[in-house]
Amino acid sequence: MIASYFQWLNDTHGLNFSVFYDAFDRSRFLTGLWTTTYICVVSIIASMVLGLIGVWLAGGDSRLGRLVVRGYVQFFRNTPPLVQLSFFYFAVAGLLPTVSDGSGGQSPLVSGTGWAIIAFSLFAGAFNVEIFRAGIEAVPSTTVEAAESLGYTRLQLYLHVVLPLAFRICLPALNNNLINLVKTTTLAYAIGVPELLYAASQIWSEMFNVREMMNVLLVTYVALVAVLVWIMGRWEKAMRIPGYST
Amino acid sequence: MRNGTTDLPVLKTFRAPAPIAPSGFAAPTILGGGTLAAFAMLFGASLALAQVTARPVGESAVTVLLRWAPLIFQGFLFNILISFLSMALGTVIGVLVGIAQVSLVSSVRKTAWGVTQFFRNAPWLVLLFYAMFLLPFEFRLFGFTIAFPAWVKAIIGLALPVAANVSEIVRGGIRSIPSGQWESAESLAFTRAQTMWMIILPQAFKRMIPPWMNLYAILTMATTLISVVGIQDGLTITRAALVAESRPELMIPMYLLLLLMFFAYCYPIARATLALERRFNVKA
Repeated sequence: MIASYFQWLNDTHGLNFSVFYDAFDRSRFLTGLWTTTYICVVSIIASMVLGLIGVWLAGGDSRLGRLVVRGYVQFFRNTPPLVQLSFFYFAVAGLLPTVSDGSGGQSPLVSGTGWAIIAFSLFAGAFNVEIFRAGIEAVPSTTVEAAESLGYTRLQLYLHVVLPLAFRICLPALNNNLINLVKTTTLAYAIGVPELLYAASQIWSEMFNVREMMNVLLVTYVALVAVLVWIMGRWEKAMRIPGYST
Repeated sequence: MRNGTTDLPVLKTFRAPAPIAPSGFAAPTILGGGTLAAFAMLFGASLALAQVTARPVGESAVTVLLRWAPLIFQGFLFNILISFLSMALGTVIGVLVGIAQVSLVSSVRKTAWGVTQFFRNAPWLVLLFYAMFLLPFEFRLFGFTIAFPAWVKAIIGLALPVAANVSEIVRGGIRSIPSGQWESAESLAFTRAQTMWMIILPQAFKRMIPPWMNLYAILTMATTLISVVGIQDGLTITRAALVAESRPELMIPMYLLLLLMFFAYCYPIARATLALERRFNVKA
């Protein structure tokens, strides 16, 4: 039904939305969409873990740990993500050993998708450190002191008092950063990862439907971001403490 | 309690947090110098490593790097030029759209909101492709032929997301002015346009500077995207240099060199943004 409509649109108006009626193009596009989603989900989780580790070290007693975290955050925040990705994929990957792929050949230890996930996680993680730090600083010091006076250890204090409160405070900023991360995944195109933009560019270079594919692509990305915004909005609402802040 | 020490942080001696430099600039600059020095050392170490691991034949790593550094720097300067031009174009469009977002006419307001959200949520690289492929390479206007070379299209492509972000900054800035300002201006018989230009915007301007600078730093870093669509910027030249020399051990120093250039440019902007935010006391 949908396929025949787009077939008709192509035949009569020359609007070639091949992803909707051509099974091969559709499967390519869906594979790209899946790869983008996969990179997004893994990078989101990894970047949040990095952010938590970073903020733990940044608030810790070790001076070296603090310096390392500060350097990491400043470096990844103030250099272009595309150059970071190129650096990892072209320069660092060259240093790593290759592994045998079982059929006599050698394949790199970390694939392009792997490097994309590593680079994006480090990039978004640097922002997450700052976001979590701002959230932790916003927890009232009296609350922290009260917990300390009850004999909480630092880990217990974090797990049971500071983080639950800080997390709610920094959700809006986290939201922004994760949306940014979804948009950053398009850079994986530059190292040939078969994500959404790459799949779309393959289709339009074969079908000569740049204009149509470009619009499909833009709408798809805006929809992806909308899904993330919706999930985060639901989460924010679910975690709301009535009467705490606004 | 051993040796009078305690595990309870409240019982520890009070240590005042480090004082913030009164100007807001002095201390961060020193810190930035430290970070820059640390990464310069990292760069030096990688260069030394390259020097050591290089094959005995051919020039030393330092010679090769010195030969290419001026060209890479020129490419980097082109990135900066692109960032200036797209920031200017994006700001002009963004201010207009941002003011349209607080318009009293509902259709204008909603259209401006929709446009802003769309371009804010679309990836920069996709918008860049959009401009590169869908804009004609020249177009005719009243008999004149206006050429659109690739770099002009790239500027337009980068200006689209910038305009959407500036639009949000302007809207936020205008909204942050207390409504009492609008009401008192109204009671003094200012028209809406007069209130906007003479009362609201001058006050909002100050609050818009830090996020605007932040956006500029983000744009500068995004200018490397133009290498993907085949424009000779710093990243393209770095890659070309690596291909020309075919010296794998030089890869890390060369990429680090480019990263350092961007860092040295963007980091002071980030620090200045923080200092201004603190001075204007605007909560993000």
